[in-house]
Amino acid sequence: MAAGPVPLLERRLLFVTGKGGVGKTSVASAIGLLAAQRGLRTLVCEVDAKGNLADFFGVGPLRFQPTEVREHLFAMAMDTEESLKEYLRLQLKVPLLAKIGPLASTFDFVANAAPGVKEILTVGKLTYEVRERNYDLVVVDASASGHVVGQLASRVAIGEVVNAGLVGSQTDWMIELLTDPATTGVVVATAPEEMPVTETLELIGRLKDETEIDVAAVVVNRVLPELFGRDEEAIFGTLRADGAAALAGAVGPGATDVLDAADLAVGLRRSRAVHLARLREGLPVGLPVLYVPYLFTRSHGVRATSLIASSLGEELGF
Amino acid sequence: MARTGARAADLTLEQLCSAKEVLVSTGSGGVGKTTTAAAIGAVAAARLGAKVLVLTVDPARRLATALGLEEFGNVETRVPDEAFAHVEGGARGELWVAMLDTKQSWDDLVARHAPDDATRDAILANSIYKNLSGKFVQSHDYVAMERLYEIHTSGRYDLVVVDTPPTRNAIDFLEAPDRMADFFSSRLLRWLIAPYRSRVVSFASKPFYSVADRILGTQFLEDIAEFFMLFQTMYDGFVERARAVTTLLGGPQTSFVVVSTLEVAPSREAEFFLELLSDRGYHVGALVLNKVLPDLLLSTDGADTARVLSTDADAVAARLAPGLSTAAGPVDPAHLAHVLAEVGTNFANFAVVARREAEQRAELSRTPDLCLTVPWFDDDIHSVDGLLRLGEVLWR
Repeated sequence: MAAGPVPLLERRLLFVTGKGGVGKTSVASAIGLLAAQRGLRTLVCEVDAKGNLADFFGVGPLRFQPTEVREHLFAMAMDTEESLKEYLRLQLKVPLLAKIGPLASTFDFVANAAPGVKEILTVGKLTYEVRERNYDLVVVDASASGHVVGQLASRVAIGEVVNAGLVGSQTDWMIELLTDPATTGVVVATAPEEMPVTETLELIGRLKDETEIDVAAVVVNRVLPELFGRDEEAIFGTLRADGAAALAGAVGPGATDVLDAADLAVGLRRSRAVHLARLREGLPVGLPVLYVPYLFTRSHGVRATSLIASSLGEELGF
Repeated sequence: MARTGARAADLTLEQLCSAKEVLVSTGSGGVGKTTTAAAIGAVAAARLGAKVLVLTVDPARRLATALGLEEFGNVETRVPDEAFAHVEGGARGELWVAMLDTKQSWDDLVARHAPDDATRDAILANSIYKNLSGKFVQSHDYVAMERLYEIHTSGRYDLVVVDTPPTRNAIDFLEAPDRMADFFSSRLLRWLIAPYRSRVVSFASKPFYSVADRILGTQFLEDIAEFFMLFQTMYDGFVERARAVTTLLGGPQTSFVVVSTLEVAPSREAEFFLELLSDRGYHVGALVLNKVLPDLLLSTDGADTARVLSTDADAVAARLAPGLSTAAGPVDPAHLAHVLAEVGTNFANFAVVARREAEQRAELSRTPDLCLTVPWFDDDIHSVDGLLRLGEVLWR
């Protein structure tokens, strides 16, 4: 990798993962929006059926059939049963699922019990869209960090049991796309807090050890702005210690609350700086780290997507 | 600060822990569910003199280490009394902890229900079973509730606080026992076992097998049929247990503690979950809100001051600078003005968040009788002391 990592939006398939609560879906939707704004025909796919992705584009419930949510931007929700139907229709030329009734009704069980089937139907659909060049970029709002390795390392799972059937023989091209860093990358969303940083470092280690999939970038969400430089911190200290009464005299009784709020912000920023430093030290050299500021006015929804997209754009030098 | 929004003046966590035998901690990922469950367990042991077990699913490593969990895993382990050294008068009760090892719990379950050793060994060796017990997400839910039932029924503890698995949907585990019963229902069994029982495949199921065979391979189909045939011998036992678990969750000895932060996504999930629990007649004992910003951010005086500082920092700085100095010498008014403006902007920024969260809090606290709030701690908790401090915040 002497040439450095493949730029984020030059890849074709991005899996966005991260610990629950760090804003994984908002980062995935923002990457999708940014790509679409730059003219790439983009598909964003949500894998866990929680229905949050629709919130971030301000649209109704998403389905397996992609919805156009903006110019160049499409969104869909993964549904492995639909994916199976499509697979049967396109790959195996089985016309009607009705003919195999029980497979449909016991699908959930079969898909869960057969190692790798659910993963293949998920990853298979996504890589299929990439292979067919239906989109310039496919962004996946993937499973949380605890489960994503299992999802991506399905090559191992496939070998365990499903090696005789067609599912087994259909996987080589998928693996080729997944393991090509020019095509596929994982984006780890995180926040400058203890557990998210710890999980991010563990996840990146596991991705390296257990899969052959490249890590494209780490996106640190909710970075608090720095309130003061070093000199200013000293001034704030003296203001706090000796000037609180004078400040109250000058601006009214709200002075204490305002100073307390500044203390709170300084404290939060300081404890987060420790976790940020730990993150930077623990990450592989050369891995791009993109910072997204804490959004005060809106943390969720369409506006958050748009703000995060523009922060990411700046971080990527657009 | 410790408690707001309680309906009746005398409702407390203390009361809840005194009355209930099982507390189920639920909420979406990343909201502090595990820590909250452990803190409630620790404070209940210390204050009530009760024998308490915290059954946790996926604890943060440092918390697990602090509790001595890493070595013991699935085995119930007592947290040493020394960990309570800082409690006034010492620990009166006992705190026990166990971590749920899904695979091990399933194996134990099979051992309990299998009619004989040969069936047990055949199930444990079946590849479908191995995959299901390790990976099937719903199996985590089921086995957690099953383990809770087993522990509660043993009568070993006064109180069991259970932390639910990080599921896609916070309610999945409620339905897990029923789903597990359906899962082994005979219709599905008939379909899958039929061709292996009689060598004559019925006309209706033929297309299924020919397609399934092409997609999945013969070996898989044989394994799955074996799995079901073996499991059929345990069917009655499983269904009976599933019913008993459902009864325990809905019974008067059980209460739910919904944990959330006031961020938008977790709040929405908590709201949905609170509604669903009460619709179905489960007892919701408390709502615990973590990472709550301090009330001072809602102060109107503060907002007024912040506005003055943002717009008029130079004038204020000119008045204050002469009276101030740092180690580096007198304070430069221009520098001070910048600090004041930042201070004002900061307040305004956080006030927006605090107001949004106050609105979320008002909406959420309508349903439960007890709403407990926990301030934003700078760092995560990874000691029994820390758990006890948090527990004390929640206690009264």
